[in-house]
Amino acid sequence: MTLEIIGIAVLWIFLFGYVIVASIDFGAGFFNAYSLLTGRQHILTNVIQRYLSPVWEVTNVFLVFFFVGIIGFFPKTAFYYGTTLLVPMSIALILLAIRGSYYAFETYGSRGHKGYSFMYGLAGLFIPAALSIVLTISEGGFIDMVDGFPSLDYHVLFTSPLTWAIVVLSISAVLYISAVFLTWYANKAGDQDATRLMRKYALIWALPTIITAAGIMVELRSHNREHYNNMLDIWWAFGLSFLLFLGTVWLLFKKRKYGLAFGLLVGQFLIAFFAYGFAHRPYLLYPYLTIYDSFTNEAMAIALIIAFIAGLALLIPSLYLLLRLFLFNKDYVRGKKDNHA
Amino acid sequence: MGNEEAVFYSRVLTELTLSFHIIYATIGVGVPLMIMIAQWVGIKKNDEHYILLARRWARGFVITVAVGVVTGTAIGMQLSLLWPNFMELAGNVIALPLFMETFAFFFEAIFLGIYLYTWDRFENQKKHLLLLIPVAIGASASAVFITIVNAFMNAPQGFDVLNGELVNISPLVAMFNPAMPTKVAHVVVTAYMTAAFVLAAIAAFRLLKGSNHVYHKKALFLTMKVGLVFSIAAAIIGDFSGKYLAEYQPEKLAAAEWHFETEGNAPLIMYGVLEDGEVKYAIKIPFALSILAHSNPTAEVIGLDQFPKDEIPPLYIHYLFDAMVTIGVWMTILSAAYWLGTQMKWKFVESKLFRWLIVLGGPLTMLAIEAGWWLAEVGRQPWILRGLMRVEDAATTSGHVDTMLILFSGLYLVLGIGSVVVLTRMFRRNPVEQELEDRQAEKGADIS
Repeated sequence: MTLEIIGIAVLWIFLFGYVIVASIDFGAGFFNAYSLLTGRQHILTNVIQRYLSPVWEVTNVFLVFFFVGIIGFFPKTAFYYGTTLLVPMSIALILLAIRGSYYAFETYGSRGHKGYSFMYGLAGLFIPAALSIVLTISEGGFIDMVDGFPSLDYHVLFTSPLTWAIVVLSISAVLYISAVFLTWYANKAGDQDATRLMRKYALIWALPTIITAAGIMVELRSHNREHYNNMLDIWWAFGLSFLLFLGTVWLLFKKRKYGLAFGLLVGQFLIAFFAYGFAHRPYLLYPYLTIYDSFTNEAMAIALIIAFIAGLALLIPSLYLLLRLFLFNKDYVRGKKDNHA
Repeated sequence: MGNEEAVFYSRVLTELTLSFHIIYATIGVGVPLMIMIAQWVGIKKNDEHYILLARRWARGFVITVAVGVVTGTAIGMQLSLLWPNFMELAGNVIALPLFMETFAFFFEAIFLGIYLYTWDRFENQKKHLLLLIPVAIGASASAVFITIVNAFMNAPQGFDVLNGELVNISPLVAMFNPAMPTKVAHVVVTAYMTAAFVLAAIAAFRLLKGSNHVYHKKALFLTMKVGLVFSIAAAIIGDFSGKYLAEYQPEKLAAAEWHFETEGNAPLIMYGVLEDGEVKYAIKIPFALSILAHSNPTAEVIGLDQFPKDEIPPLYIHYLFDAMVTIGVWMTILSAAYWLGTQMKWKFVESKLFRWLIVLGGPLTMLAIEAGWWLAEVGRQPWILRGLMRVEDAATTSGHVDTMLILFSGLYLVLGIGSVVVLTRMFRRNPVEQELEDRQAEKGADIS
């Protein structure tokens, strides 16, 4: 295994971590706002607030980690992606900022302000859409080189069916992942009403998620043939991912083992995410940038990997502590004790 | 291409984001330490007031952290969005501390979450204090690492340039550059100092506005004492920074001091204005610049005449230097007077006027932080990497920076107003007298 592969694998793992934790976060915000609209807020709010409160800041770090890491390991990405992504990333940043701060403002300042909740819920859907633009662009065909500098062609971007398929997938996946997690969490909390409602949402959002995921494969066939062929080579991975999807839906349908259902869902996305990334290699930006020609020097790569291992040695026990105190603590989950400052 | 425009707007947007972020970041570095000290004093003295102090600070801290985190994310990403050519080049050398900064941030985020949601969950308050240590360490460590990145921009090293390419890179040499010790120490110490004086200002304000509770008096004494210690430290390190500049970045020192000609027995120019190249109304302190630069009243100090015209920073940074130093000295005197006055039981420290001066001290110190950063950043113009890459070669070529500037300005306006409104509302609605009563009632109910 070369340093390049280690580098991109590390980053891909963190991006995956962000996809899961952020999906739960964004989806929860949306369901909270939606339940407010339909007058069912009393059912969901407690469960959602209880989970989100101690971890909202951690979610953000996964994203920071990814984009700092990618510049560290692959500095040339700054040249291509930095220049072209100014607008979509700035919009995502502004939405993230509004969301992150309003969450703290609302929790501590003015609990239950409706306007905040709606903005919070809506921002949570726009952010994945804005961020997923990166995935679209990486497939190639949206960037022109003008005077030696990359420039994003918005017209082509916004009229491409691939763009919209990825946007729809990102939104429905967010809602699906979040709903499955919250079903499990609500069930753990012994909250029957919330479990029933979230289970319903989970089943509703399963379908568009899997349909658009398949649709993207079809789009890629005409858009980026090389990537498509690479994906066909590892069709079995996508097949396995689909089986895990069926497992999750079946368990939800049968109202059994929600914890296992969420585990299968993580497995499903993990396999699909890595198979997608594996098929995309060696390109970071098709066809301009590969992981080999953009990789940092060897000294820095080794230093970064050492820092990464040392960092993980610090993080994993701390994350475990966080999960034990909140996610897997019965008294906390059931709301017997709150104890916030 | 309108690259000149993009360069200008990129600079404005970066300055705006950083200036806004620094307010919350400084609080974010300093306040955890103050919470830790209050919690520790509370345990040691077995005094409920200090524990409550820690709790109430922590509650306010959440709001500032939220804004600090989101604006920090913004500047982190803007580095690549607005300065892609710089990141492409510097990323090869300086990625390590940037990467380590995110780990420190991660560490802090996890323990802050735990700390905030486990009040009264542990019987033993010491356990709760233990959670604060990683929060304070993480907060200071991120300041250390990010300042190392900035120090590198002022004194790039750890690589060789061969045909325009960077080769022989050693990340550790890049991190431990000559600018690093003074910069890191000054940033961390002034953050502690600022946090202490901001919290002191709040306590003094409450005392002025009717509440005469002993809780506020304890808070005021604790914060002023801590503030005094760190303001002395800041002054000492500030002196080292001057010596560093004289040695490694003489053009910044010369521009800040309006030192035009290289000479020995150099006087220090304080205040004054510059009109058509003439310094007017200034106070001249003989030999002081030579002492500041080399600890020797007759030593030669390099002046601006040694540099090509297009490599000289703007001369207005002199005003920033004056503002920073004046406020620093003023706060040292004020806090020393308060401490001495309290020890000696002098009446004047309890007077209205003196308390108003303490209230004023909070925003003043924050202003000094801003002035200091503007001085440090504008003082290395025209370079983004001193001696290596000019600012205009680093900026994006995108034509949308002006629109983004408007969007982000709106965002910071909303965040600024929002945080102030939420913070004041939070503490107005739940004054300390009320909370003390509630806690008493809670405990009483527990016993019966």
